[in-house]
Amino acid sequence: MTALRGPAVGRRLPLIDGIEKVSGRAAYTADLPAHALVGRILRSPYAHAELLDVDVAAARLLPGVVAVITGADCAKPFGVLPISMNEYPLARERVRYRGEPVAAVAAVDDETAERALALIRLSVRELPAYFSAEAARAPGAVLLHDNQAGNVLREVHDEFGDLAAGFAAADLVREARYRCAEVAHGQMEPHAALAEYDAERRRLTLHSVTQVPYYLHLMLAHCLELEESQIRVVKPFVGGGFGARVEPLNFEIVAALLARAACGTVRLNLTREESFLTHRGRPETEIRVKLGMTRQGRLTAAACEVVQRGGAYAGYGIVTILYAGSLLHGIYDIPAVKYDGCRVYTNTPPCGAMRGHGSVDARHAFECLLDTMAAELGLDPFAVRRANLLSVPTQTANGIIINSYGLPECLDRVERASGWQARKGRLPPGRGLGMACSHYVSGAGKPIHRTGEPHAVVELRLDFDGGITILTGAADIGQGSSTILVQAVGEILGIDLGRLRVVATDSAVTPKDNGSYSSRVTFMVGNAAIDAAQRLRDILLAAAARKLESRPDRIECVDERFRVRGGEDPGLAFREVAAAALAQGGSITVKGTFTVPVEYQGGKHRGGAVGSTMALSYAAQVVEVDVDVDTGMVRVEKVWVAHDCGRAINPLSVEGQVQGSVWMGMAQALGEETRYEGGLPLHASLLGYPIPTIMESPPIEVHIVECLDPNGPFGAKEASEGSLAGFLPAVTGAVADAIGLRMTELPITPDRILEALARRQRDSRIAAARGAAS
Amino acid sequence: MPMILSLTLNGRPRTDLVSDNLLLVEYLRDVAGLTGTKRGCDGGECGACTVLIDGAPQHACLTLASRCGGRHVETIEGIGSPGRLSRLQRAFHEKLGAQCGFCTPGMIMAAEALLRRNPDPNEAEIREALSGNLCRCTGYVKIIESVQAAAGDAT
Repeated sequence: MTALRGPAVGRRLPLIDGIEKVSGRAAYTADLPAHALVGRILRSPYAHAELLDVDVAAARLLPGVVAVITGADCAKPFGVLPISMNEYPLARERVRYRGEPVAAVAAVDDETAERALALIRLSVRELPAYFSAEAARAPGAVLLHDNQAGNVLREVHDEFGDLAAGFAAADLVREARYRCAEVAHGQMEPHAALAEYDAERRRLTLHSVTQVPYYLHLMLAHCLELEESQIRVVKPFVGGGFGARVEPLNFEIVAALLARAACGTVRLNLTREESFLTHRGRPETEIRVKLGMTRQGRLTAAACEVVQRGGAYAGYGIVTILYAGSLLHGIYDIPAVKYDGCRVYTNTPPCGAMRGHGSVDARHAFECLLDTMAAELGLDPFAVRRANLLSVPTQTANGIIINSYGLPECLDRVERASGWQARKGRLPPGRGLGMACSHYVSGAGKPIHRTGEPHAVVELRLDFDGGITILTGAADIGQGSSTILVQAVGEILGIDLGRLRVVATDSAVTPKDNGSYSSRVTFMVGNAAIDAAQRLRDILLAAAARKLESRPDRIECVDERFRVRGGEDPGLAFREVAAAALAQGGSITVKGTFTVPVEYQGGKHRGGAVGSTMALSYAAQVVEVDVDVDTGMVRVEKVWVAHDCGRAINPLSVEGQVQGSVWMGMAQALGEETRYEGGLPLHASLLGYPIPTIMESPPIEVHIVECLDPNGPFGAKEASEGSLAGFLPAVTGAVADAIGLRMTELPITPDRILEALARRQRDSRIAAARGAAS
Repeated sequence: MPMILSLTLNGRPRTDLVSDNLLLVEYLRDVAGLTGTKRGCDGGECGACTVLIDGAPQHACLTLASRCGGRHVETIEGIGSPGRLSRLQRAFHEKLGAQCGFCTPGMIMAAEALLRRNPDPNEAEIREALSGNLCRCTGYVKIIESVQAAAGDAT
């Protein structure tokens, strides 16, 4: 056993599954051995059409084809939110985007499967298709879903405080529009699923790339009309998620339907192109913000309108449009806040949750206008943020209780580290500095399914071998959640971390978990792990007390030695105490749980559950850029970011998460953008979709701010999402500092920069000519 | 057309009957059972399948297995020795150069090729050597630190 003793929390522990990853032994879904048929999906070449007939007769007759399925094989619509399930695994009656699955085959090999797809004939009646929110909302537009008037999935209208009075009290009121392009997660592992159907017993086993094995389990049961107990869902190693896999996806259900139709095992590995088509990315968003501010920079009122182009199906759409409004709160003290959101259906692949879900584009717009107004009033960007800090504890107008708030320290740290005061405004031409703040929830307070169960459960098992197994349903997708659980349990038990192993995400063995989304795992599952470890520690302390003829409350365990506190006795080794505990009744299993108290589950207003959380993380960052005015290229020279994650259970991991988050913000701000021509995606490859390479990626200096939260595990809060949003406004601020232009459309690609520079030059020439003429 | 392929794979000679249009990545994963080499894209876009052919980093998804006859192919499984991670593997593990781990085998193979020809690379050289390998988790910061740590670790 590797000796890993001493305090576990706060240790820069490498990932517990890191060795598998660096040695190539980590088995991802596509790596799992199986004698499997090959699955393939036929996708719609139409953006919007009535599906009159899907003729699969010829495909079925092709030798080597074992099963062919269509929309007729599943009449149950699915979706992650029980209130908006409107997608079929394979389209029925209507196709609503190019690339939507229409039919699927299972065959003996790739070639046969491809040939079978080519034999399937579609008869359709094409319908008008809408690729922008504006077009889909226009009067007379054909409805994508008959029950969704105006092609609107959800409108949100919230107003807290006296908005009119707030704007009336302002010395400066400004309004601006911003547009953010749609972006995709681009996780490195393409989608894949392996489905085994045991026809004799009517049992299904699905291995998949999911972040939410439990939600997937529910939807498999629903769509295949099986009882949940007949299904087993396993999540192997997963190559990143970022939200791409936080809802059950069509291909996972298609794989299961194919396996059942074939009475066997089917492997469905999607191509990179298909992974892009499955989408669920951050929607194209139009934001109009209006802020009121006093001369001192104090905000008096904020109004924000958000329109999201949601794509063809609901997915998480209702949550996304609610998040954008909900997270206008909780970062600054604003007396009045109004929000109007509109989520629109369009004939593009469905959008979904992506890192910083819902909050990113609205935060970008808000911070940009804050900067612009600060400049107009001659205030420093740091000063204007400091003028609007919250005092905690507090409860926001929309019902979020805040007990910890490290934003002031985040501001101090990055201001100092970047040399802001000495350097801002004094950089050479083409160089600039910008800054911004952001925040995010540490787990959604209210679960999607209101079953009454705890929000998180962890089990621990101790047996004759002296090893302790952590059983968890939490999906480690590379973010390191299993490592955090080991540190949490090890800290409470005071044992060598080498004794701990994690068995995760196999529904046959591990307790249910809602999944890896909304940065909930460290907070909720971490708290459940602490609870479980305390229960096991109580059992061990009682066993040690019996042997040492003392009382459990007098026993302490440090570095695996149980001894009477303050005594001279050398005490007992862990194995001796474990043996004594096991002698009482054999193998020991304990369970820990965590439930978010009802007061943290959000405001009473409609949609108040979204944005509810027990703790918010905070981040501030400074970005330095170099802008080449000849080419329009923006180069990020350096980023300084401070993130308040409460206790950093694993500082190494926190740094990695914050760097990844900031960098993903950079990718969105500077280059990434999905593009559709007549609904045809032009970006659906890793060449068409410009994920930054190592050449364009700057040094990112992370400052961890530990503003402990009383409800967090050891005081911890989220670390993986909160720093993303701040990059967007910080970089546009830096570009404004460098060339005097505040870009309002993202991404700020070279063509947009050059166009803006040319426009400015033209405008100044016209102004000069007019001046000369007058 | 089936053909006989003889090559050296991770230091061991082997011979297989393969189709002449089989890609090296398919040969490694499906024939040799070495699934450490990953497929992250539809061809030559991401670098996850990077292997060494006669010491040079190559995309296994753009290489025909049939072109590897008589050559030395090395994959992530052949780096390091049993029970002992290579210096790059250890550095990627300890410095968190791997998060989800999917790009890691290709990243380590590209870095291995670099360190063999340039044992003491500067940061620009590291960036250039890894410029064909995409990572979506790390922002590359800890990947660069991992390669630097491995280069500084002569053991």
